Amino acid sequence: MNATLAVLMRELRLALRSGGGAGLGLAFFLIVVMLIPFGVGPVPHLLAQIAPGTLWIAALLACLLSLDRLFQADFEDGTLDILALSPMPLEGLVAIKAFAHWLTTGLPLVIAAPILGITLSLPDTAYWWLVISLAVGTPALSFLGAIGAALTVGIRRGGLLLSLLVLPLYIPTLIFGARCVAAASEGMDVVPAFQFLAGVTLFTLALTPIAAAAALRMHMR
Amino acid sequence: MSLNVSNLACFRTGRLIFSNQSFVIEAGEAVMLRGPNGAGKSTLLRALAGMLPSEGSVILNGIALDKDVDGVQEQIAFSGHLDAIKPQLTVGENLTFWARLFEGGSVDNAVDQFALAEIWDRPAHACSAGQKRRLGLARLVVSGRVLWLLDEPTVSLDTETTARFADIIKAHCAGGGMALIATHIELGLEGARVIALDPTNMRTATPSSDPFLSEAWE
Amino acid sequence: MSIWEFANPVRFMRLTGKVLPWITALAIGCLATGIIWGFFFTPEAENFGSTVKIIYIHVPAATLAINAWGVMFVASLIWLIRRHHVSALVARAAAPVGMTLTLIALITGAIWGQPMWGTYWEWDPRLTSFMILFVFYLGYMALWEAIDEPDKAADLTSVLAMVGTVFAVLSRYAVNFWNQGLHQGASLSLDKEEHVSDVFYQPLLLSMAGFFFLFLALVFLRTRTEIRARRVKALLLQEAN
Repeated sequence: MNATLAVLMRELRLALRSGGGAGLGLAFFLIVVMLIPFGVGPVPHLLAQIAPGTLWIAALLACLLSLDRLFQADFEDGTLDILALSPMPLEGLVAIKAFAHWLTTGLPLVIAAPILGITLSLPDTAYWWLVISLAVGTPALSFLGAIGAALTVGIRRGGLLLSLLVLPLYIPTLIFGARCVAAASEGMDVVPAFQFLAGVTLFTLALTPIAAAAALRMHMR
Repeated sequence: MSLNVSNLACFRTGRLIFSNQSFVIEAGEAVMLRGPNGAGKSTLLRALAGMLPSEGSVILNGIALDKDVDGVQEQIAFSGHLDAIKPQLTVGENLTFWARLFEGGSVDNAVDQFALAEIWDRPAHACSAGQKRRLGLARLVVSGRVLWLLDEPTVSLDTETTARFADIIKAHCAGGGMALIATHIELGLEGARVIALDPTNMRTATPSSDPFLSEAWE
Repeated sequence: MSIWEFANPVRFMRLTGKVLPWITALAIGCLATGIIWGFFFTPEAENFGSTVKIIYIHVPAATLAINAWGVMFVASLIWLIRRHHVSALVARAAAPVGMTLTLIALITGAIWGQPMWGTYWEWDPRLTSFMILFVFYLGYMALWEAIDEPDKAADLTSVLAMVGTVFAVLSRYAVNFWNQGLHQGASLSLDKEEHVSDVFYQPLLLSMAGFFFLFLALVFLRTRTEIRARRVKALLLQEAN
């Protein structure tokens, strides 16, 4: 427990001290959402209709932004070698790092999303489900990102490749997450989409530490 | 307590780095690993730490590397070319993190031995190369591991600190520890045994594991 | 003799060298007969007109596009478990072939969709799934290209193939949830009478066999090239020593 907390605290410290690590994703989220009305036109009912998808896609892209550093810095400065020798299993380490990534990237998005929802004329009924669906769905984005980050660690220009590998994995989460919010704004039943969303997240949380740790081990040898 | 290595060989991308290495390190012994550049010193250390695939047998305190990697790794502290230091954290934060993760030796002891008290609150990015190296080596002490694998540990250390580091290795070994040190300089460990890696005599072997070099090709 | 002996590159080269011309001949024979038969000697279907004839390319390409991913998955699994080099190279060889077949299925589908549904593209679950599959192929191939060490590349792409398979299947069902769609059900199934009548079914089977042998021939050919490339690399390294 002590070791787990030590890794988590360190990840949070590093994120907060590395040139606005957490703030950057949030700013990106804001800018993407702001660009949508410029592209689509300032028509409230049109914006209201695309608001759920827009907010979800913007959150997804903002999440992707900081993923390439998840293991890259530790790989470059030799930390990963030492971590591999530590008593903590690599799987646990991956899980903690992904969780820390969510705390610093996903969680701020969850909090900011309803405010940006107002600018897109999101219907009143959808706000709670926007927050809930993002809160449940964004951890899956961080964890799936950990697989991509582990696969591309140490690769030149890995950031672009990371996006190509990770974005297709986001499809189920995006579909169910955006569907939750859309159903809520249309006054339809949200529960089926939400159950699928939660299911995908739980599955992802279980699967990714194993896959990402395997990929990291392959990189180190 | 001992490290038994027999017939160790290592290939990287089909290239033989070294082969036929056999040696024993007993508890309380510090052994120097010598050889010219490219002889495979770093590779040997990483292979012993289970960080690279190797052929042959490595047994540390009765645990075989090929059977139980974790069991071997849990007894090893490694120091490589990189210091594994986060520039955004202070010296103290860096060291206490490793101490809490490894749950091994004493932080006070490490601070004392490597004279870290004066730079304890300094951000690591503001440290000199020598100070960073001291911090990196202090990790060995807080890890509380039996076998130290050191790859050029004295790079960027001044003579005084180098001498002090030699004393720390002696103290570690006096407590029943072991150390294998790849270095070019005289560390000041009198009477330490030397293992020499010679790059010339080992290039003849071909990797048996590479099926693409088979003789029976069409 | 165990099947794993073919995992030895030398044996694989010898065997495929012998069978490759025959498979190629079979592929050309089946494809030519199936497509000529289908195009010129079948009646026009009532509701479809002559456009239905694209089925002889569309359906086999789509079927094999999915199965090519299956080949990649199994070959990657074998590499992870048994570390046979040929297996990893088969997975690598199958990817571009599968990607091309996916593209053929998408393009022929669009050409067919225009007269049938009045649109080249519709975000229908089946069409969308194929586009997703295409993206998965791209990512897989890009990862192979990005890593220099062959064994490490084989390891990591295998992990991606495992994870990708799980999420490709997941996406397939997620997409169903998202949109109901226009595409008819499977054209070929065990209760074939339901979907395609006999006149179309027989040339379709032939064309399917042709595509299958073509796929096999291309994968063997590409694997042979990969093996030769690996041998050249190994020999160069040996010389450099």
